[in-house]
Amino acid sequence: MKILMKGNEAICEAAIVAGCKAFFGYPITPQNEIPEYMSLNMVKAGGAFVQAESEIGAINMCYGASASGVRVMTSSSSPGIALKQEGMSYLAGANLPCVIVNVSRSGPGLGGILPAQGDYFQMTRGGGNGDYYTPVYAPFSVQEAIDLIFKAFDVADLYRTPVQMVADGMLGQMMEPCVIEPRAAINVDKSWATDGNSGKRPRNIVNSLNLSAEGLEQMNKERFARYQEIKKNETMVDNRVKDGDEIAIVAYGAPSRVAVNAVDELAARGIKAGLIRPITLWPYPYDVFQNLPSSVKNILVCELSMGQMLDDVKIGVAGRLPVHFYGRCGGAIFEPAEIADAAEKIVRGGA
Amino acid sequence: MSKIVYEKSRGLSETQLSYCPGCTHGIIHKLIAESLVELDLLERTIVISPVGCSVMAYDFFNCDGIQASHGRAPAVATGLKRTNPDKIVFTYQGDGDLAAIGTAEIVHAAHRGDNITVIFVNNAIYGMTGGQMAPTTLIDMKTSTSPLGRVEALTGKPLLVSELLSQIPSTTYIERVASHDVPHLNKAKRAVKKAFQYQAQGKGFSMVEILGTCPIGWNMTPTDAMGFVKDTMMPYFPLGVYKDEGGEA
Repeated sequence: MKILMKGNEAICEAAIVAGCKAFFGYPITPQNEIPEYMSLNMVKAGGAFVQAESEIGAINMCYGASASGVRVMTSSSSPGIALKQEGMSYLAGANLPCVIVNVSRSGPGLGGILPAQGDYFQMTRGGGNGDYYTPVYAPFSVQEAIDLIFKAFDVADLYRTPVQMVADGMLGQMMEPCVIEPRAAINVDKSWATDGNSGKRPRNIVNSLNLSAEGLEQMNKERFARYQEIKKNETMVDNRVKDGDEIAIVAYGAPSRVAVNAVDELAARGIKAGLIRPITLWPYPYDVFQNLPSSVKNILVCELSMGQMLDDVKIGVAGRLPVHFYGRCGGAIFEPAEIADAAEKIVRGGA
Repeated sequence: MSKIVYEKSRGLSETQLSYCPGCTHGIIHKLIAESLVELDLLERTIVISPVGCSVMAYDFFNCDGIQASHGRAPAVATGLKRTNPDKIVFTYQGDGDLAAIGTAEIVHAAHRGDNITVIFVNNAIYGMTGGQMAPTTLIDMKTSTSPLGRVEALTGKPLLVSELLSQIPSTTYIERVASHDVPHLNKAKRAVKKAFQYQAQGKGFSMVEILGTCPIGWNMTPTDAMGFVKDTMMPYFPLGVYKDEGGEA
């Protein structure tokens, strides 16, 4: 059944349908609809909801709930995600699944509450201390956010890792028709869980501490072997570049919708452009840049930041083509014409 | 035929304790283990260990264990208990963990009245990191970061955690006990047992503050350290029941 729902609320409803049994959060704009929705509907669904004393408190509540084997989620916005990094490093270190939603805003510092994509580094480069990554999903529509929430819980359980989703104020606040229906459940062994059943099996321990250099190195190598599997199985990209396109525009999340319109506008101006939209920001779809049609002579990266995903595009392109950048930040959002102008300048020369 | 008159509690694991000679963490572990066994709660208990000397407490108790980040054990306990309300959840925390970096987490677990038990071992110093000043370090006490003794004008007076938490409306049971001699250990065990009983009965937040020793950090013999608890700590940290709204245990 199709329903009309706001992005933030659709994310919550999808999480509940996906079997999330606990939500711990803290107020921060522009994600407040998430804890608000959960405070009523998670409880109605028989799950746990706590408005924590801080983002640090919330992520550590997730750590405790996840340790017992239940599906758990938290959400916040950029500065609050920064506060959660300690807990995310511990979740990664202790191999605990958890879904973390970042309805991002502009920064640094307190910044502003308008949409921005300045959290790319924070989300894709570990963020906390130590050797780890987290899968990061970047939906561009309410329906895709729903689909990726189901996926995020599965991937978190399958690979025993925290998983992040990044939306922004645009996606969080926009209403779109969508479908939220239960998906086939995956089978995951959670016999490791510290669920207080040591009378029925050997005792379990959830821990990231290892004081032996060789022991800790081994733990990290084992984690990175799982990361290889994630890279192989879970990398997602929406590649719309066709033979004959002269320029590839790379954008993600809600701002990629502006890029879609820019591609149409460029067509009207007689320029063939194609869109590359990474859906996972980690693992990054580097391969897409190795198999571009030979007609593509330039790459234009468009972000609501000073250029962060730009680094990953450059890694993917590996010097084969010129990589250009057009971005806005601080909460300013580009218009299709701005992107089209930047692309036209590149294609017609002079850039 | 010989008769067993004393044996190690089965609530403790076979792992060798990592504590320094003369420190009272080991004996406090024993009180907890015995209490959980006597109350028949051990098999459904989860211990949450802190960062500090007792960081490896998850290894020492014969039940499930979780290692928490510094100061956050009460938040971890909240997440665990809210999703597993029929289990017994306790945190084991020192004064650096609970009374410094973890003040927000302990105050708000207490504020929510979470049905958990907190065992707070106050030895007035950061033990594991090498004997730095804690919020509970006594005035004039020398530590590696108060080499001339704690100066009130610069660092205030030692924090009184039991007094603080007993003022929070949603707490149920707060008691301060000591671990320096047998009569006090017997009292300490009664307090620990009561706290777990209250949790099993769903009566809400309980904390037992136990004055402990740190002979290495204090630069004392174990015997002198026991005397320090009695003569110097107890006058500033008065023992007693600060709050008990649990009724019959």
